[in-house]
Amino acid sequence: MGSLFMKPEKFSVYYKQVMHELVRIGVGALGIVALTSVFMGAVITIQSAYNLVNPMVPLYAVGIVARDSIILEFSPTIIMLILAGKVGSSIASELGTMRVTEQIDALEIMGINSSGYLTLPKIVAGLIITPFVIILSMFLGILGGWIAGDLSGTVPSADYIQGIQDQFLPFNIVFAMIKALVFAYIITSVSAFHGYFTEGGALEVGQSSTKAVVYSSTAILVFDYILTQLILA
Amino acid sequence: MIEVEGISKSFGTKQVLDNISCRFESGQVNLIIGQSGMGKTVLMKCTVGLFEVDKGCIRFDGRDFSSMDFRQRKPIRQEIGMVFQGGALFDSLTVEENVMFPLNMFTGMSLSEKRDRADACLKRVNLKDVHQRYPSEISGGMKKRVAIARAISMNPRYLFCDEPNSGLDPKTSILIDELIRDITQEFKTTTVVNTHDMNSLTEIGQHIVFIHGGRKWWEGSYSDILQSGNAELDDFVFATKVMQRLKH
Repeated sequence: MGSLFMKPEKFSVYYKQVMHELVRIGVGALGIVALTSVFMGAVITIQSAYNLVNPMVPLYAVGIVARDSIILEFSPTIIMLILAGKVGSSIASELGTMRVTEQIDALEIMGINSSGYLTLPKIVAGLIITPFVIILSMFLGILGGWIAGDLSGTVPSADYIQGIQDQFLPFNIVFAMIKALVFAYIITSVSAFHGYFTEGGALEVGQSSTKAVVYSSTAILVFDYILTQLILA
Repeated sequence: MIEVEGISKSFGTKQVLDNISCRFESGQVNLIIGQSGMGKTVLMKCTVGLFEVDKGCIRFDGRDFSSMDFRQRKPIRQEIGMVFQGGALFDSLTVEENVMFPLNMFTGMSLSEKRDRADACLKRVNLKDVHQRYPSEISGGMKKRVAIARAISMNPRYLFCDEPNSGLDPKTSILIDELIRDITQEFKTTTVVNTHDMNSLTEIGQHIVFIHGGRKWWEGSYSDILQSGNAELDDFVFATKVMQRLKH
């Protein structure tokens, strides 16, 4: 852990690495994030409308439920679980392959702090890009709900728009960002750890990749509960 | 000169190196020979600090490397060039970027200076028109040559090569051997080569250390090897019919 935060050999090289990781972690994940968010929002809206068939409950409540579910839980947690699978396995397999093909040894021989050079830019990039990805996911999720509600005729546009504006708490966004940052740190650091300390060959690289996804997903679920308890309860 | 003094290394309960002492002479090609699984690579990795020794010490021109921490080792590590068994080229970088990598990290050279240096190193290993290719797009022999080019890009004082001929055809093996010999003379490096290739032994071996069962069994010059009188060494060196004919 100490070597991870040692002074970089050359800031310009680390800066380039961070930029590269921003593209890989953030831009590379946009497709799956967008697709998941739109359909997640659509399903939440239709299911909420299905469950709230009560003359005492106004239709715009569906918008409130969809908005809060997406902002508080679905975007920061489910999307980060998906990223744990996509980004986590990619980080672990990249570092694992570098380990078993002696590329990490080659870095060490040159006098480069390999753990810092390989993992710090990933962690920094994850922390920088994740809030933007999650904001985008929230927007697309709510948009997906609107489209689905309108197309299916379950929630008219006017009701949905009224719902997503009603009783809005800006703190929910802050809470979601806190969760996203914690989860981003978990995904990048846990995956990098498993990849960096891979021993063996191709089989072990696969095992490290699986472990990275399993452990980071488990940690996300545990920390989701802890953070919710600490901040919202 | 690199001095290895009484080093031992175990992995769990398995002792891989047992009290090995040897010297790698300056300006010479020093070979570590022995059968597979006898501890050659572990000895080399202990010498360059990739593995920490359990006991003993390693000195690079009098500097006690084994007792240094990561920061203290940095200046010595920048004097080391290493060619790994599989090349260990960075997959995500082109051939040119691989050779430029140490220059990017440790020099203040401009991009054009770094490109010129990389080009010179690639030409030195007889590689042309591969600069923009990725390691996955070149042959095994080319990978070894790029690895050598990367290793010499910083004008190393010490050059380590771990099984540089493994997986190569005889002609390419000879080419790699000649490169190692020429670079050693040109850069006046202390070169250490791990090998079980008998052609390397006869062509470039100047100072030889024979490892067997994790222990040093013999050390001397190539000219002495024919009359070593060491049964284990004879058994290893003269295992092939070609070498038996050479002996007689």
